[in-house]
Amino acid sequence: MREVDVKQIGDAVRDLAISTNCELGERETEYIKKMLDVEESPTGKEIISMLLENAEIARKEMIPICQDTGFTVIFLELGQDVCLVGGDLNDALADGVKRGYTEGYLRKSILSDPIKRVNTGDNTPPVLHLSIVPGDKVKVTLAPKGGGSENMSGVCMLKPADGIEGVKNFVVDKVIASGGNPCPPVVVGVGIGGTFEKCAFLAKKALLKPLGERHPDPFYAEVEEEILRRINESGVGPQGLGGRVTALDVHVETYPCHIASLPSAVNINCHASRHGERVI
Amino acid sequence: MAQVKNITAPLTDEVIKTLKIGDKVAITGVIYSARDAAHKKLVDLIEGGKDLPFDLPGQAIYFVGPTPAKPGNAVGAAGPTTSGRMDAYSPLLIEHGLKGMIGKGPRSESVKDAMKKHGAVYFAAVGGAGALISKSITKVDVIAYPELGAEAIRRMEVKDFPAIVAIDASGDDLYEKGKKEYGIGA
Ligand code: SF4
Repeated sequence: MREVDVKQIGDAVRDLAISTNCELGERETEYIKKMLDVEESPTGKEIISMLLENAEIARKEMIPICQDTGFTVIFLELGQDVCLVGGDLNDALADGVKRGYTEGYLRKSILSDPIKRVNTGDNTPPVLHLSIVPGDKVKVTLAPKGGGSENMSGVCMLKPADGIEGVKNFVVDKVIASGGNPCPPVVVGVGIGGTFEKCAFLAKKALLKPLGERHPDPFYAEVEEEILRRINESGVGPQGLGGRVTALDVHVETYPCHIASLPSAVNINCHASRHGERVI
Repeated sequence: MAQVKNITAPLTDEVIKTLKIGDKVAITGVIYSARDAAHKKLVDLIEGGKDLPFDLPGQAIYFVGPTPAKPGNAVGAAGPTTSGRMDAYSPLLIEHGLKGMIGKGPRSESVKDAMKKHGAVYFAAVGGAGALISKSITKVDVIAYPELGAEAIRRMEVKDFPAIVAIDASGDDLYEKGKKEYGIGA
């Protein structure tokens, strides 16, 4: 058993909340730069260069890339040989969020109740996805999730007869219908299989994959490419104002599935596809 | 891209008439921030026959909820939020003199009808470019509903605020036209 102090996990959350919100990843930056050559619309090109300039200012001054610094989504991979010490893990995570959002001058966007709508004032609580894995390490992945792109996401319980074509059509239609709302160019996460909630989770998890990386199964790699091509043929373009670059990439995650079902989900992320990780 | 048009806010009918979809503008002057919660309050005030926290005629409202300012800065990141959530409220405000809206994403038919009828314009700011946009906001004062935090109404002084005319007063809509122009085989 290796002992890990929950405060260390809280510190990771604090630091990642700030870095993911203010620093566009290197890989993302390079990827977006390439889109300047792909985009044909002058307005679209202009928008892409503004996003790059924006990222530079944000990184230099450590101010957020976007004012919607999101719901703090935390993926925690807990090694089964780890013994957590030093207090309540949930308190430590919440404390990390609170410190990150306060000390990093991030926006507090979380309401304590969905209907009564009173702000919690410190962006707590986070959304936690916990998985137990072999080993004695703790991996903290933090992905702040903006409301604009989250609102355009969806789950569809397709019929098995709908097959892969049904999934592709559902995803493509959903992204095109969201138009300029999720601040295109977007990153698209697709979950296929599992149960109702599992496929939504898969779609979110798919957003953590690096831009440009294809699914290891050639069948799904092709699905990703086809969905991406069809989205970008829509003409929605940067900010929905017309152009070639509507999505930067599409990632698929799958899971075994019930004989009666074909659950499918799409989760849309912003161009910055904010996420970062730390292993303790 | 075409040349940038320098315009001032509050807006006049003369300027609005010259603005066409796709125009890149740099806005200088005063604008007001408001999101869903503040819009609901403004509409309630109008319906109750009460005064608004600022004079509506000629003004432009920016749909934004900024991050807190770092010491020494006027404002934190301050990019646009999704305008569609304001669709239920905008027509009444336009009827009462609102001339400009700044946000991201398409607008409903009822908003476009009101814009055409009363001569208003809708600008798209670049969503996700909150750090860059913050550089054009020089002074910020919360003038109403401080309890709403990021959603409070703020008076913002802006200099060369970058935006694109997305829907003009004739009802032309760049979201529709742009998509048609670049769509393949749809
Ligand atoms: S959709 Fe993303 S980039 Fe756009 S405003 Fe929301 S968080 Fe920012």
